[in-house]
Amino acid sequence: MRMSAETTSAPVPADPNADAPAPRGEPFWRMPALVWLAAGFLVLVALIATFAQVLTPFAYEDTNLLYRLKPPFWSPLSMEGHVLGTDKLGRDLLSRLLVATQVSIALALLGTLIGAVLGTALGILAAHYGGIVDEIVMMLVDWQAAMPFLIIALAVLAFFGNNFYLFLALMGLAGWETYARLTRGLVLSAREQGYALAVRALGARPWRLYTRHILPNVIGPLIVQLTLNFPQTILLETSLSFLGLGIQPPLTSLGQMLGEGRDYLLTSWWLAVIPGAVIFITTLSMSLFGDWLRTRLDPTQR
Amino acid sequence: MNLRYVVTKLLRAIFTLWLVVSFVFIVLRITGDPTEQLLPDDVGEQTRDYYRTLWGLDRPIWEQYLLYFKAAVQGDFGVSFRNSEPALDLIWQRVPKTLELGLATFATALALGVPLGVMAAVWRDSWIDRLTMSFAVFGFSMPNFFLGILLILLFAMNLRILPSSGYGSWEHMVMPVFTLATAFAGAIARFTRSAMLDVLSRDYIRTAEAEGASLRRRVWLHAFPNAAVPVVTIIGFSLGGMIGGAVVTENVFAWPGVGRLLTSSVADRDLAIVQGIVVLVAITMVTANFLVDLAYGWLDPRIRLGPRGQ
Repeated sequence: MRMSAETTSAPVPADPNADAPAPRGEPFWRMPALVWLAAGFLVLVALIATFAQVLTPFAYEDTNLLYRLKPPFWSPLSMEGHVLGTDKLGRDLLSRLLVATQVSIALALLGTLIGAVLGTALGILAAHYGGIVDEIVMMLVDWQAAMPFLIIALAVLAFFGNNFYLFLALMGLAGWETYARLTRGLVLSAREQGYALAVRALGARPWRLYTRHILPNVIGPLIVQLTLNFPQTILLETSLSFLGLGIQPPLTSLGQMLGEGRDYLLTSWWLAVIPGAVIFITTLSMSLFGDWLRTRLDPTQR
Repeated sequence: MNLRYVVTKLLRAIFTLWLVVSFVFIVLRITGDPTEQLLPDDVGEQTRDYYRTLWGLDRPIWEQYLLYFKAAVQGDFGVSFRNSEPALDLIWQRVPKTLELGLATFATALALGVPLGVMAAVWRDSWIDRLTMSFAVFGFSMPNFFLGILLILLFAMNLRILPSSGYGSWEHMVMPVFTLATAFAGAIARFTRSAMLDVLSRDYIRTAEAEGASLRRRVWLHAFPNAAVPVVTIIGFSLGGMIGGAVVTENVFAWPGVGRLLTSSVADRDLAIVQGIVVLVAITMVTANFLVDLAYGWLDPRIRLGPRGQ
């Protein structure tokens, strides 16, 4: 099992950007213009996700059947107040977009964090105990890597029925195995370094050794992994919600808005395109920022 | 090929399958009476009793497990809610359509991704390199449901040159295949590029150059075969993502494949079909990984022969 895990991962080139000029050591503000744009957009999304309730001009779930499918501001038929128009039930699209962004970002963030904590903890356990614990953790890692997670998620939703907390748990389970594999490797090599040996020789308990000494030293690659995992989690959530199997009405998410909007492509294409564009630009910004962060933080990628 | 290598990989494949089937068994037993979960509401008590005996629900749990396993091996996953047909038959009808889509995607992605990656590596930092890398980032970040909808808007609704959805002619395949292939081709291009960059900097390539081998000869005869190993791996890795992507893409374009059957079955909680598809996907993944491992050993003698061979 172990051998196979290593032989299949070893020859894959770790980073296609390995040859990029190393920005490491350069000051933060010297990032390329594109990364600045990406970071700016992410800040905007973060602000929306935090203050969505304050920013919405209307309550996102308020329907008004008299004003259904009104077009956005650029059309002469648009309505005063409804900047992005209204959807099939006359709900204000801008308000829904803000709340949907909040829901999608919150889910992806929580999911990514759950996965990171779970994976990191399991990775440390595997590295610390070795032997059978290691075997089991790595077996689970291999197993999860072998099955497409979307299929697992769909099966779990079918078996247990949909509810919000189950859905959140699925988001958390989506990427844990990459953290586990990464942490295990990092901890195994960090443990042999001078500082870790010294701390152990001084009689520190394992808990203290890992949380106070090893983890702060290996946090860089883990944060990079976080930025790479985050867009994947957004895509998982939006895909499932798009299929109508994730976030359920009356709550909304970007994927769910897009799924509803695609029935009106012929008459009101913006209902699908606006939330879709928000998803795409968010994941794109996160990928660009994550790639930049990776080449900057990770000395082995130079 | 080293027998031990093959046997190790084969055992690992069987072990993964066993885990998947056991997982489905445990989840089904946790969530309630399997005859209620796996059979339609309107089947008679007779059918229900038949499956109760078949699955041995009156026996101890480990015997049930063996019986479930036996049924699964024989391809019996229960009966669909919708029309009381055996789940496997319903799934099987859809498989060719998904395979059609998958193979066309695979061919398109390879035909697009490998040359792009090779050219990007050979003319590094040129416009083609930048184009390839932008394409890879685009494919990675673009949700395929959104790409599909944009394509429908452009080609079916504005230009009216392609059918927006459905199955039948080659025109129906263009948009689903392009939607699915984009992310896949981007990943292949990215990894081909970095594998080629790695190989092109080696001494033997310089030697070949010094001996007067042409660029084409150096790239395709000397460098590419050595870069192929990581590329094969990434193809194996990407298959899972492609299966997930197919589920979404089939939905966007109303393609009557397994993916669409899966989503509608999940929505209806038609568990017999869902568990059948899960096992089928597991078999596909395990077989693919096994083949990748074999291809790998065949391409790279260092792996096939193990540490003693070196």
